[in-house]
Amino acid sequence: MSAGLGADERRQGWLLVAPALLVVAAVALYPIVAGVWLSLHRVILVFHEQRFVGLDNFAFLLEDQRFHGALLRTLLFTVVAVALELGLALPLALLLDRRAARGLLLAALLMPWAVPTAVSSRLWAWLLNPDHGVLIRLWPGAGPDLFAEPTLALLAAVLVDVWKTTPFVTLILLAGLQAIPQDLYRAAAVDGATRWQTFRTVTLPLLRPALALALLLRALDAFRVFDAIWVLTAGGPANGTETLSVYAFKTLMRTGDFGYGSALALVTFACSCALALLLSRLARAEAQP
Amino acid sequence: MRRLGIAFGVAAALTFFVGPLAWQVLTSLWPEAELTRAWPSHLSGAAYARVLLGAQPFWRMMWNSLVVATATTLLTLTVGAAAAFALARLALPGRRLMLGGVLALSMYPPIATVSPLYLLLRAVGLRDQLAGLVLPYTAFALPLGIWVLHGFFRQLPDDLYRAARVDGCSPLQALWRVFLPLAAPALATTAILVFIFSWNEFLYAVTLMSSQARRTVPVGIALLSSEHVEPWAEIAAASVVSTLPLVLVTVAFQRRIAAGLTGGAVKG
Repeated sequence: MSAGLGADERRQGWLLVAPALLVVAAVALYPIVAGVWLSLHRVILVFHEQRFVGLDNFAFLLEDQRFHGALLRTLLFTVVAVALELGLALPLALLLDRRAARGLLLAALLMPWAVPTAVSSRLWAWLLNPDHGVLIRLWPGAGPDLFAEPTLALLAAVLVDVWKTTPFVTLILLAGLQAIPQDLYRAAAVDGATRWQTFRTVTLPLLRPALALALLLRALDAFRVFDAIWVLTAGGPANGTETLSVYAFKTLMRTGDFGYGSALALVTFACSCALALLLSRLARAEAQP
Repeated sequence: MRRLGIAFGVAAALTFFVGPLAWQVLTSLWPEAELTRAWPSHLSGAAYARVLLGAQPFWRMMWNSLVVATATTLLTLTVGAAAAFALARLALPGRRLMLGGVLALSMYPPIATVSPLYLLLRAVGLRDQLAGLVLPYTAFALPLGIWVLHGFFRQLPDDLYRAARVDGCSPLQALWRVFLPLAAPALATTAILVFIFSWNEFLYAVTLMSSQARRTVPVGIALLSSEHVEPWAEIAAASVVSTLPLVLVTVAFQRRIAAGLTGGAVKG
C-alpha cells in the first residue's frame, strides 16, 4: 500500500473515532479531574460556599464510621451477590447447553434482564412486603419484616440483584460452554469418563476464562450498586443498608455537600479500579497456569 | 431420574425468573380494597384506569423515556458504528489501547461522575433538561455498542475492505456503502440493547433531572406514591404498561440479544 493511501486512511480513521473519544472524555475523564478538584474543596451549593481545604475531606473520610460501614457493606453485597449469581448461572448454562427446553428457558431468563432495576426493586418490595407480600404470607408462622433489620434488608437487595443479573451471567457462561470443542466430550466418552469426571476435567477447566470474565464484569457492577438499594430501602433502616454509591449520592444530592461527596465518589472509583486490577490479574493467572 | 432432574431445574428457573413478573401482572388487576387479602375475589382494571387516565403524569414519563432513549440510541449508533469500524478495520496507531479504554468504561462507577456532571450541566443550562441525559447515556452505552459492532466488523473477511479500496472507495465510503448495509442486523441488535439500557437507567435520571415533569420511567415508578399507603396495584399497573413492551421485544429477539450481549465475550 502506498504511503499516500495510508495517510489518507489514518486521517479518516481519526475522524471516525474522534466523536466516540470526545464523548468518553467528556463523561469519564473530565469528571474525574473535576472530581479531584472538588474533593479538595469545601463546596456547599446552597450556601454558595467554596474554599480550598486540602486533604481535609480525605482525612475525615478515614475517621468516618459511616464510610467504613458502607465500604464493608458494599464488599459484602458484592461477594454474596456474585457468588449466588455464578452458583445459579452455572447449572442454568449447563441446562441450556444441553438444549433442554432452550427457547423457553432463554425467554424466561431474558425477561428479568429487560426490566429496569428500579422497577424490579419495587416489585420485590411488594413480594416481600411485611404485611401483605406473597412470599411473606407463604412463610410458616409470622413472616419476618425484612426491611426492619439491616442485614436482612441488604439480603433483599441481593435477591433483586440476583434475579435481575443471573440471566446475563448465564449467557456469558453459555457462550463459554459452546466454545468448547465437541471432540473433547467425545474423547472423554471414549475413555469411559463419567459425567462428573467429564465436567471436572473438560468442562470446568475450559470454562475458566468465561467464569473469570463473568466474575470481573459482575463484581464491578455489583460494587457500584445503587438503584436496587436506593429504591428498596433508601439506605435504611438507620443507614444500615448504605453502600458506597448510596452514601455518596446522599451526601451529594441530599446534603448538598459536593466536596465530601466528591471525595466519597472518588474513593469508590479508586476501589473499583483496585478491584478490577485484582480480578483481571487473577483471571490472567487462571488463563496461564 | 435424570429427566426428572432437568424438568425440576427448568420448572424452578421458570418460577424464579417469571413468577415475580406474573405476580406483578396479577397485582395490577387486584382490586385495591382487597390487597390485604390472600387472593382477589375478582379482577379489576381500576388500577390501569387510575394510572393511564389519572392525575399522576404517567404519559409524561413515558414520553420522557421515549425521547431520551431514542436520542441516545441514534447518537450511539452513529458515533459507535464509526468508531467500531475504524478500530476494527483501519490501521490506526494505538487502536487496541483505544478499544480497551472504551470497553473499560463499562465498569466505571457512574457515581464518580455525578457531581462534576451536575455542575457542568447546571453551568450550561441543561440541568433538568432531557438533552442533559443524552450525553452521559451515550457515553455509558458506547462500550456496549462498540463491543457488538467491533465484533461484527472484525468477523467480515479482510478482502471485503481491500476490494472496496481497490474499487476506489475512501475508508469513509467503504463504511457507508459496503460495511453499514452489511451491518444492519448488528446495528439492530445494538439499537435494542442501547434502547433498553437508556430506558432503564436510574442514577443519572434521578440526579440530573429534578422536576416531576422530567421524570423518566424508572424514576417515576420508584417515586410513585400516594398519601397513606403504598399504591401497590397502581405501581404494578404502571410497571406492566411501561416495561412489558420492552420485555416482549426482548423475548421476540432473544437469540439476537443473547448473541449481542456475549458476541465479544466468545471471540475475546
